[in-house]
Amino acid sequence: MRTPSKANDVAADAGGGPEFPVGDPSAPDPCIQIRDLNAWYGDIHALCDVGFEIGHGEVLALIGPSGCGKTTLLRCLNRLNDAVEDARVTGEVTLDGQNIYSGSVDPVALRARVGMVFQKPNPFPKSIYDNVAYGARIHGLASDRAELDEIVHTSLERVGLLKEVRARLDEPGTDLSGGQQQRLCIARTIAVDPEVILMDEPCSALDPIATAKIEDLIDELSAEYVIVIVTHSMQQAARVSNRVAYMNQGQLVEVGETDRIFTNPLHKLTEDYITGRIG
Amino acid sequence: MNRVVESRLRRRHRRERTFRGLCVASVLVAALFLLVILGSLFRQGASAFTQTRISLPVPAMLPAGDLPDSGAMDYDAAVLDALAALLAIDPDRAERRELRQLVSIDAAFVLRDYVESSPGRVVSDASVRVPASAKVDMAIKGEFDRTAASDRRPLSDLQIDWIDRLVELGAIERTFNTALFTNGDSREPELAGIRAALMGSVLMLLITLAVAFPIGVAAAVYLEEFAPRRAWIRLLELSINNLAAVPSIVFGLLGLVVLIDWLGMPRSAPLVGGLVLALLTLPVIVISSRSAIRAVPTSIREASLGLGASRMQVVSHHVLPQAMPAIVTGTIIGLSRAFGETAPLLMIGMVAFIVDVPSGVTDPATALPVQIYLWADSPERAFAERTSAAILVLLGFLLSMNLLAAAIRRKVEK
Ligand SMILES: Nc1ncnc2c1ncn2[C@@H]1O[C@H](COP(=O)(O)OP(=O)(O)OP(=O)(O)O)[C@@H](O)[C@H]1O
Ligand SMILES: [Mg+2]
Repeated sequence: MRTPSKANDVAADAGGGPEFPVGDPSAPDPCIQIRDLNAWYGDIHALCDVGFEIGHGEVLALIGPSGCGKTTLLRCLNRLNDAVEDARVTGEVTLDGQNIYSGSVDPVALRARVGMVFQKPNPFPKSIYDNVAYGARIHGLASDRAELDEIVHTSLERVGLLKEVRARLDEPGTDLSGGQQQRLCIARTIAVDPEVILMDEPCSALDPIATAKIEDLIDELSAEYVIVIVTHSMQQAARVSNRVAYMNQGQLVEVGETDRIFTNPLHKLTEDYITGRIG
Repeated sequence: MNRVVESRLRRRHRRERTFRGLCVASVLVAALFLLVILGSLFRQGASAFTQTRISLPVPAMLPAGDLPDSGAMDYDAAVLDALAALLAIDPDRAERRELRQLVSIDAAFVLRDYVESSPGRVVSDASVRVPASAKVDMAIKGEFDRTAASDRRPLSDLQIDWIDRLVELGAIERTFNTALFTNGDSREPELAGIRAALMGSVLMLLITLAVAFPIGVAAAVYLEEFAPRRAWIRLLELSINNLAAVPSIVFGLLGLVVLIDWLGMPRSAPLVGGLVLALLTLPVIVISSRSAIRAVPTSIREASLGLGASRMQVVSHHVLPQAMPAIVTGTIIGLSRAFGETAPLLMIGMVAFIVDVPSGVTDPATALPVQIYLWADSPERAFAERTSAAILVLLGFLLSMNLLAAAIRRKVEK
């Protein structure tokens, strides 16, 4: 846990925003544009002048040491921090040119476009079927039971869970193993058919086989969706992403093409992190 | 193993045993209290569930052949004639008066009902079981000392003699005391029942539930899910918590002043009682619902928000269903407390002597605990056993409420 003074110190040490991030913050065909984004939890300054772009068809891997603000950044992209009592966000995030923090944007509608998979699996204490069907139901995506069945089945199929749970769709989602729960949560998110999927360490509870499945899924989904994935695994970042953003103590340190970041990091902090000297 | 660790370990185990022993002892003491209370209630109250009846031969009471017009019959006299015939005596006026004390005043009505429901002719070997008076009831149940001096017991030597003869003749029966459950209050102990009071309590409880549950849960949802953290909200929370500790009689005063004096609602009515009890129960429901809602993990709310649910959908689809078992439990606890309340009901005039079973929420009524209070206050011996019996019924009602709560909880949890 970082104290507020320390977070501010780092910002001061680095001499403020202008030279961060290094690398290439802009994307050729931007879907999400982030400008001067700051976030606080009470006195804790969790995000500090973050600004970069995420392009269409892109898989962006967000890396950085624990507590550096990766989850916070994700939660700013679907305005989930609105629901946190003492959280405050300033700055601008545009989704296809529209500022999602402007008064005219309904966060409820926004979250249907920007789906999220959480760091800890959090299935509803309902049946597996109802878990996946929930989003489709509240948004009225299916006009009858057959269509809903279709949505549920394809979503489960895509995360590789259908085979395991086909016979027990009526059992509670909370009865599944940790890794199955996480895949259920991914299925639940893609069932709503969002434009952007935010994934907060989706594979942290998974075995290598399930991880490989999720990575394949990300590859497959990247054709249709913009994906932002937080990961602590450099290998995973290298495997699934086109671009990587490295964060440290609330600041975005470096952004760039995945290959370039891992072969030729520009910033000392990035180099230290990916070579395992910090974090 | 290290010596220090070993000796410490032994001491820790010893402490643990002592602690366990103390806990078990506390449980045993609590169980003992419960046993003593229930035991004494059963000992005193069990006899109230039976009622002594005297079975009188019909031919001795009624002329053979066609029955006379029921309106023209003197049933009181007919009952006494039958008793006299049964005992084979020819009582003078004073003896007739003593004889009359053996049967309940209800006996004549029982006989009339028999006549009116029988198909016009009397069957020669039929008999009618009329309720005995409370004094006879007590004598049969062995509730007073027959050997006491005659001016220190409620029955004269002659009456005791008659009772013994009736027992010998097999005319005395003890049957289940249905009157206890079908009658309202009465000045005559053998006719007094809890139906009116129980009905009053049930009506009040329904009003309490209908008012306090939705308001309490809605208030809890607002405070937990929507309310901004402002000073006035804090103040509101604080006052709600304080309200739970306010003595119940204060709510009764409030009901008297606001509901009866200002709003002109009727006195002694379950409507007013139910509203007062709703006020009393509200803080309990709000507090327990809030903690139930708070116990729903944030991750579930965020999962739902993240899928694009509105905050109202988050509450109605996830938070409330998950919190409901605990909310139901809290509500039942609040209602149980309301069910046993007496003091606030006294303030709003529900302590009146009510014979009729209330048929609506504005009819005068009383409540079971108030009825218990009234009976406990009566000097007659026969009311003492009814007091205990009424308490047993009250406890039974509370128990079934709790069982119901458990059943609802299990159902909702699924
Ligand atoms: N709800 C909250 N209330 C207060 N502080 C918070 C809250 N959530 C996060 N923080 C703080 O904000 C900072 C950034 O947290 P965040 O969860 O974004 O880190 P992270 O990069 O996701 O870490 P990890 O890799 O461990 O998940 C941390 O210092 C954390 O303590
Ligand atoms: Mg995180």
